[in-house]
Parts: sequence; structure tokens; C-alpha cells
Amino acid sequence: MSIDTPTLASRFRMQWEEAQQAWVLLYPEGMVKLNASAAEILKRCDGTRDVPALVADLETAFDTTGLEPDVRAFLDMARQQQWITEA
Amino acid sequence: MPKDSNGLTLDGQGKPLWLSLEITYRCPLKCSWCNNPLDFDDYAARELSTDEWKRVLREARELGALQLGFTGGEPLQRPDLEELVAYANALGFYTNLITSGIGLTEARLVALKAAGLKQIQLSLQATEAAVTDALVGATAHERKLDAARRIKAHGFPMVLNMPVFRQNIGMTDAMIAWAAELGIEYIEFANIQYYNWALMNRDELMPTLEQVREAEQVVQRWRDTLGKKMTIYFVIPDYYEGRPKACMNGWGAIHLTIAPDGVAMPCQEARVIPGLEFESVRDKPLAWLWHESPLFRKYRGLDWLPEPCVSCDEKEKDFGGCRCQAFLLTGDAGNTDPACGRSPHHARVREATDTAARPLRFRKPLFKRAAGTVTTAFLED
Repeated sequence: MSIDTPTLASRFRMQWEEAQQAWVLLYPEGMVKLNASAAEILKRCDGTRDVPALVADLETAFDTTGLEPDVRAFLDMARQQQWITEA
Repeated sequence: MPKDSNGLTLDGQGKPLWLSLEITYRCPLKCSWCNNPLDFDDYAARELSTDEWKRVLREARELGALQLGFTGGEPLQRPDLEELVAYANALGFYTNLITSGIGLTEARLVALKAAGLKQIQLSLQATEAAVTDALVGATAHERKLDAARRIKAHGFPMVLNMPVFRQNIGMTDAMIAWAAELGIEYIEFANIQYYNWALMNRDELMPTLEQVREAEQVVQRWRDTLGKKMTIYFVIPDYYEGRPKACMNGWGAIHLTIAPDGVAMPCQEARVIPGLEFESVRDKPLAWLWHESPLFRKYRGLDWLPEPCVSCDEKEKDFGGCRCQAFLLTGDAGNTDPACGRSPHHARVREATDTAARPLRFRKPLFKRAAGTVTTAFLED
């Protein structure tokens, strides 16, 4: 089961953290420091685009191609962690 | 207390990532396992003002604090709670409310939601009204259930927290069944820790190892049944574990607590340790208190560790355990936590667990947390 149009689950809060110089994901009882690519993907999980659109957006932004497998693998992990849900 | 829920956590890198604000010690309940100081009543007149709490929030954010717990006492006793939540939320904190549910009216829930509150941790002691009410010393059970339902109705992520002791450990099964029916996603069985009121009542509150093991099996059965629908957090009390807890993930490592009077502490119990200098945000900048103050530097890191910790290969896992427990049970906060089987003082812990298991013993009544229950005039200021 995969997600068509991912959105950050409501209990999470994602923000740029100046003191960490990193994006962090905050949730009940915990937090995760995101690496740059995870942050770029999660930022785009806002319920407005499906996965192909999300991939296209990333490929445009970073002037590259072939990101889809990596993005899908990350989204799969994020879904299992319940960071994202179907919009 | 921060938990390692999925193996991914931040290294604090010297930042107080977890901030607990004990905004008041006032509380309508009289729980015999309360971890507030015995002289809690003396703090009411010295509580920080709204503006002072806001300054603490600003300074803590500058230090890199992210997770914020509003706790107490009962934080709902402060009418400015919503204002403080809104302020913290705007600063970028992930805001949690730790409450008994008493005073959590519909109007306040709506206001807290609007203020940006992210999560509520609600305590519930039993599944039967008579038991809850007797334990907390007030007519509370129905009000707590009501609070639980309304927290869910407002869509808050919620942790149901059941403090566990001899009087209620047999209700573990019924509690999970009730929580599952209500759709609660996270339940924490908090085997109580023995400080302050709980320590006074320890002989009566401590469950036997047999009871703990039984509850653990109940939890495992439910975990198998419910799968991902509910996270059930249950940790064996350190008195029975044989190894100390990694208390606060180390003294002054990632956790910062501010008492009602503005005193900055490495944990909520630290004031039980005599001879340490406790200073308030009223007098010192928070950055100095966290980074430089003698209190926070005293047991920070591993350099201060005594034997048997120094030569122990688990020292980076538990940092020698809990300083407060070391003081309370051995008389020296610089000793290895006696909960550790390698501590030369481990017999102190064994005495307590042996007492709990003794079939014939004198049953003492529980002291209820209330002003005047005990004489505290002798306590160090």
C-alpha cells in the first residue's frame, strides 16, 4: 500500500531549526533531525501534489532526473513511521 | 522524560532540547505518589508571572529547546496557560500539556487548540471510579473520563498515562481495554519513581516483582492483539531492573526543568539533593544557568563518575543512573545509583523490594499530598 497524495500527519511539526542548522520533525515524545534530501521531500508533502508531481517538482528544483525510486522508498518509510498520510 | 520511540533521536549537542515548565505546584488532587516537593505549598506565592514565563520561553528557544511540557502541579490552575501555549507555539516549540484533566473544560480545550497546543498527556489511575477517587483524594474519575473523550473529540494526539503501583497494577488489562475502545493511540504505564511523596509511601505503593511480571505479560498480549493501533509503553521499575535508568539521558545533557519559582534544574527532583546551589531565572540568564552554573556542571558528562561506574562498560548507556536516587538511598548524590546491581549500596534497594514481597507485614495508611500532612520546616530552603 502506498500513498497517492502525501501530507504531513497532523501531529507532526516540521521546521527549520537555526540552532541545529537543520530541518527537524517534531512529534509527541520525540523529534528527528532530517537530512537535506528528506527535508526537501517532506516539505513537498503538503497534500497539494501526488507522487509523480512531487518527483517532477524535485527534479525541476534540483535540475536532475531519475529521483522517483528514491523518493518512493523514502515515502514508504515515512508512511511506516506514520509521518505522512493520504491527503 | 524523553523516550526513544523509534530509534531516531537527536543528539543534544549541548542543547536543552526538552524543556519542562512546572508552572505551578498547585493541584486539586492529593496523590500519594506525587513527585512535587513535600513543601509544595510554599511555592504558590513565588510563582513566576506570565511575563517571566514568556522570558524563560524566549531564552530557552535561543538555547535550542524544542519539546516543551507544561506540567505542575496541575498546569490548568494557571489562567494564563493558554496565553503561554500560544506564545510558545509561535516561538517554534512543540507544546505538550501534562494534566490530571481536572479543570479541562470545553472552553479551555477550544482555547488550547486555538493556541496551537499539539499534544495532551492525561493521567488516569484506575478503571473504577471508587478506586480512582480514593487514590487521588477527590471526586475525579468521571471528570477524567470526560476529559479523555473530549480530548479525542477535539482531535488532539493524546497519551494516556497510568501511574503504576501496587493498588492499581492489577487494572492494567482493563485500562488497555478501555483505552482501545476509546481509540487512544498511546498509553504509558509509568511505574512510579520513588521521590518525595512517593518515597514517603514507598512500602505501601511498591508492587511485587510477580505483579510487575504479570502486568508485563498483559501488556505483551495486548501489543500482539492491537498491533500498530496502539503504542503501549511499559518499563520495568528500576528497583527490579538490576540496572539504573539513564536518568534524564544524563544530568544537564538534554533536559531542563524550571520550577514554579523559576529555579532551573536538571530534573524535577533535583532539589532533594542538599548542598547544591539552586538559582532562579529571576536572577540569572538561562544560558548561564544551563551552560555555566555549578548545579548543571556538577554531574554533567562522565568525568565525575565514581566506581564501579568508571570501569563499567555500560556507563555511556546509563551515566551512573539517577543522582537523586543515589542521594536518597545512599546519602551521597555522587554515588552510583543503588538501583544498579553493581552498586555497593544495592542492598538498600533489595530491602525495599523484599518488604514489598513479604506476605505478612504491617500495612500503613497512605499519606496524601496536602499542605500540613507532614512537617517540612526542617527542610533546607
